[in-house]
Parts: sequence; structure tokens; C-alpha cells
Amino acid sequence: MIKTLSTEDTLENAGLTDEEQQLFSNARPKAYEPYPIKAVEDFANWARANSLWILAFGTGCGAIELRPLMTARFDANRFGVAGRPTPRQSSVFIIGGYASVKTLKRIIRSYEQMQGPKFVIALGICPVNGGMYFDSYNTINIFDQYLPVDLYITGCMPRPEVLVAGLLELKKKIREGRCDGANRYVENFDWYKANQKKVIKNWDMPDYNW
Amino acid sequence: MILEWAGKAGNFSLTLLIVTVYGLLVGAFIERVIAKVQGRIGIPYSQPFINILKNIFKRTAVSHGYMFYLGPVFRIAGGIGTLAFIPVIYGSEMFSNFSMAGDLFLVIYFMFFGQLGMALGAGESGHPYSAIGIARGLSQMTAYEVPFALAVISIVIQYDTLSITEIVAAQQGGWQNWTLFTNWVATLAAMLAFLGMTGYSPFDIFLAPQEIPIGPPTEFHSAFLSMLQTNRALFGATKLVLFMNLFFGGATGWVELMIKTLLIYMVAIVVGVAFPRFRVDQGIRFFLKIPTLIGIMSIIYVQMVLIS
Amino acid sequence: MNEMLERLERNFAVTGITERRPGLTTLTVGKDAAEILIRDLRDREGYTHLNFITCIDYIEEGIFTLVYMLHNYDSKDTLSVHVDIGRENAEMTSIHTLWAQAWTYQRELHEMYGINFPGSPRLEEDFCLEGWDQIPPMRREFDTKKFSEERFGHREGRHSEVPRDHMKVEFYPNRGGDEE
Repeated sequence: MIKTLSTEDTLENAGLTDEEQQLFSNARPKAYEPYPIKAVEDFANWARANSLWILAFGTGCGAIELRPLMTARFDANRFGVAGRPTPRQSSVFIIGGYASVKTLKRIIRSYEQMQGPKFVIALGICPVNGGMYFDSYNTINIFDQYLPVDLYITGCMPRPEVLVAGLLELKKKIREGRCDGANRYVENFDWYKANQKKVIKNWDMPDYNW
Repeated sequence: MILEWAGKAGNFSLTLLIVTVYGLLVGAFIERVIAKVQGRIGIPYSQPFINILKNIFKRTAVSHGYMFYLGPVFRIAGGIGTLAFIPVIYGSEMFSNFSMAGDLFLVIYFMFFGQLGMALGAGESGHPYSAIGIARGLSQMTAYEVPFALAVISIVIQYDTLSITEIVAAQQGGWQNWTLFTNWVATLAAMLAFLGMTGYSPFDIFLAPQEIPIGPPTEFHSAFLSMLQTNRALFGATKLVLFMNLFFGGATGWVELMIKTLLIYMVAIVVGVAFPRFRVDQGIRFFLKIPTLIGIMSIIYVQMVLIS
Repeated sequence: MNEMLERLERNFAVTGITERRPGLTTLTVGKDAAEILIRDLRDREGYTHLNFITCIDYIEEGIFTLVYMLHNYDSKDTLSVHVDIGRENAEMTSIHTLWAQAWTYQRELHEMYGINFPGSPRLEEDFCLEGWDQIPPMRREFDTKKFSEERFGHREGRHSEVPRDHMKVEFYPNRGGDEE
């Protein structure tokens, strides 16, 4: 379950200087397959669904709806949801609302450091079609072009009860094994990367942030 | 001979399993109590187990080199090693583990072992916050070891033995024989050191959940993290069992063990919820002042009052 | 207050003194006398607090109007100083020597409008926009909707409602008597 990387396909980290090239890996990410025995895969999906660790990174206005979710009235802890401060340990990334170009670079950096299986929930109407900021020079309109989304929760902003309903829907989807955003990302890696580079002009990080 | 050791190893695995499960359940129980105080429902009892399982079933893991593996491996080796030499149930052949003469010093050594391994692993991860957390944790650990070691020396002089089994044996025969009542000075020093040992408030600065996110385990994930989580439960329960054996009369049955360890843990929790967090220098200064003084007094007390 | 305004009219060629509401007065001054006027207001008249520096783009007249909002804690009123500068090669003396925090506002104006403040620290660094390669976006000749559709794409099926009419039809269809 701990995989060593093969360096057959390497990425050109064009955005890095020569000294920095030594510090970052240029291996291409690989897709993972489910466990061969179905019972083990179902058990693993049950464990993944009942322990959702959210990356505590409030990217936009959606963050204000995450705070009441953790308090006494809506209590997300009873669903197995906990906030983790580091992307290495979390499995759910909640895109809270609009994503400006500056934040998108950091979102990509954090998302690629997460370990699979990882899931993305898009909160609000802004990741769907730009929402209130559809004509802004600094916010993206269609989030699906840059990172794969597993669940959309629309609203502006959706109330915490809607968020809880969305989390339960995500759990159902994970248990059925239909949440494969991470694999989709790796399989269409070049397309996603081209879209990201079209918007983010100051690309000074490696092509894939291991 | 081999058969005897194999039998012991089998019994030890059973003890290990029970103590780990008990440690995880105690953790979940404390979380639920805190949640009820805050007006929430809290996590289900199975949540710590599901967390560990989820981390095992992670598909990818990123390693930073060979020393990175050392962190969790040393930590869990320290946890298992500490438990291996503590007799858990007094009077029971099956659950006495590998206790022998002189195991008290070995246990105290092993308790430090895990933290040192963590320092190697966390330093290798290259994350600056891990290094800060480890520096804080090790300095605090050095500070609280002083009153604890003094208290241990005091009871070693009192009972004239280095074997935990004999210390427990000397405390049998009624609750008046517990070290808590015969040598209350040493117990006081050790309980003050225990507050620092649990890693709970007010001495949880090296975890620093709100400041540098989570300190030493910052960069550990997937299977590494599941090892660390298991060790946290195991090592916590082991420390409780050790304290119970040394100061509170040991246990002759599993139910008695669970009740006593839960009550000892509640002491740390009750202190923790009442006090805010100390900084590292405040914590070190605290441990090197009054608890050390009480520890020194306990040795004097034993020499003058109990022996002569 | 009135003597002060008369003195300013005489000494700095201040024009257009208007009282917008009790406690807020605006005036316009030429570009060369602006910094001296602001320094005089800060040192001698007691307008020691800089609220903000912002800019209005009058594309029809071809000028930027910089607005310096100053507040007086003693008499509790606000004075707003307007300075007109041209839109091409816009430049203005920096007042970061008067208030240290002015460099943030000047950095923002440099990025959003393209106004240069010689001497202001860290002017060329990216402020809000990273990797920006178009003209400064708050200028009115920049078509932000067109830019957004080209750069970020447009998703079909977007449907907007006026909330009031929608609610009238959906929730209160049988209610009469609202003629407006």
C-alpha cells in the first residue's frame, strides 16, 4: 500500500530554477486500482466513508458555513468529520465558494499533496458557473476544468443543514465506490494541467506537487 | 524453554490487544465527555478504530527517506516495549508479560525511546513545524522526567526492590498499603509529572493544535499515521497501568484495572480543562521548581521517616 | 472651520468647497499644491488621520480623480481632498513620508489603475493579482466581462431571475392589490 514511484514518465518542471529542480520530484502521478477482493474494497470504502477528514483551508466564503458545522448545534463530529490542518492527513477538500486565481494556485498545491483516495466538494454556485462573480477578472467560472469535483452543493451560501445533507450524500457515494475524482485527475492529467496553466500565469512550482 | 517463551509471547499479544483497544475506547470516552460538556453528541465509540482503518486503507504514501520510517517505528517499538515489561494483572501468570527483576529502570528507559525516534523521523520529514514541535516536546519531556525519576527512586528505596511485581506485591492487603498512603510525597511528585506525561492541557504545547498545526506528526500520513495513532492509545494506557502498579496498588483483575486507570486519567483531564496552556519555558520552569522539590523531599522523607 | 477654508482658498488655490453632509467637506486642489496642502492639513489644522486614498476614473473627461480622505479627531469632521491627474502616464507625488500606511493604498492604485507614485516602497511587486498581463483592470476601458468569458470560460444553461418577480409568481400567486 505504500507505493514506490517509477520514473518512466517524467514531467518537465519548467517553472522551477535549476537549483530548485534538485529539490522537487518530477515523477508523474499514477492512478490506483481498487483492491482485487471485493469484500476488502467494500470494507475499505466503509472505513473511508465514516472517517472524513476535511482540510481546514477556508478558500472563500464557504468557510463561514464550515464553522457552525463544527459547533454544538450541527455537530459534524458525530458523522466522523474532523478538521485537519495539513493536506497530508486529510481526505476531503471543500472548495468554499469562489476561487480567485491567487487562491487557485494554492488550492492546486494543497490538493496535489493530499494522499488518495481524496474527494472534492464544491460549495456554492460559484464553482459551477461563476455565480455572483461571473464577470470578475479575478475569479474562475468553471471549477471543473482545473480540479475534479465529486460533489456539488449549490446555494449562496448553503446553510449548515444543507452541508450536512451533502456530507451524507458524499458518504453514500463513497460507500458505493463512485467517488473516483483522484483517478480522473491522473488520467486526464495533461488536460487539467493545461487548463490550470492557462489561468495561472506565474507558475513557479513543480508540475505535480508531491 | 522455547515453548515457554512462545507461550509468553502469545499471552503478551493478547495483553497488547486488550490494552490497545482499551486505550482507544478510553480516548473515545473522554472525547464524548468533553462533547457532552460542550452540549454536543460527540464521536461514536468506534471512531478511533475507523480512523486507524481509514489510514491503513490509504492508497498512496509519500516518504522522505529511510529515516522517515524511523519515527513511527521507534514510537510504536517504544510503546510495545514499555508494555512488555510491565506486569499488567498481579497474580496472573498469563498477563504478567516479560516482567523480571530490575524491569522498572528498563521501563523508564523505554518510555523515552519513542520520543527520540520521533525526533529522527520528524526531522527527516523536512517540515519546519515538525522540528519546532519536536524541540518543544523533548525539552518538556526532559523537564518532567526529573520529578518522576526522583519519585521512582524514592519508592525504590522504600520497597528495596527494582521489580515492579514486588512493588505491587508490597501494596497488597487493603487500600491502606497503597503507595498513595504510605509515601504520599512521592505520589504527589509523580502525579505532577504525570500531568506533563499525558500530553494533555496544560502541557500540550508541543502538539499545539491551534498554533503550529499538530507539531511532530505534521508530515506523517497513511500507514505512518495509523501507527502513530495506535501508539498514542497504547502508550497512554501503558503509562496509566504503570502508575497504577507503582502508586495505586496494582490490579488483580481486568475490571479493577479499568476502573483505576480511568480514575487516574480523570485527574489529568480535570486539571486540563481548568487550566489554560503553558508555554514551553513556563512548563519547564514549573517542573523544575515545585515538583522537583517535592521529589527531593520524598527521598528525604523515605530515608528519615520510613526506613529509620 | 470657515476661516480655515478661506485661508486654504487663498494660499493653495483650493476650489469647489462643498459640504456634503454635516461633518464631510470636499474640496479640489491642483496637482502641484496637493502634497503641500495635505501636509499643512496634517501638521497645522489637525487632520492627522488618513482614512484612505482612492481613485475615480472619469473616462469622458480623460482624468483620474484621486481622493484623499482625512479626519480630524478634535473637531470630528472629515475633509476629502480631490486631485485631478491625467489618464495617460498618470503620476502623483507619494505621501508615504506623511503617513507610513499610505504605501499600501498607493500600491493598490498602481496595480488597479496604473498610477505611478515615485518613491513609494514596493510599488512594482504583485499586490492582489499575480501574473497579470493585461492593462490595469479598474480602468474603464477594460471590459471585464469579455475578459472573464475569454479567460475563464462560460458555462451554458445559466439562468437568472429577479427575486421579487419570481417570489410573486411562485409563492404568492393569488395575492392581488400590488400595483407597481
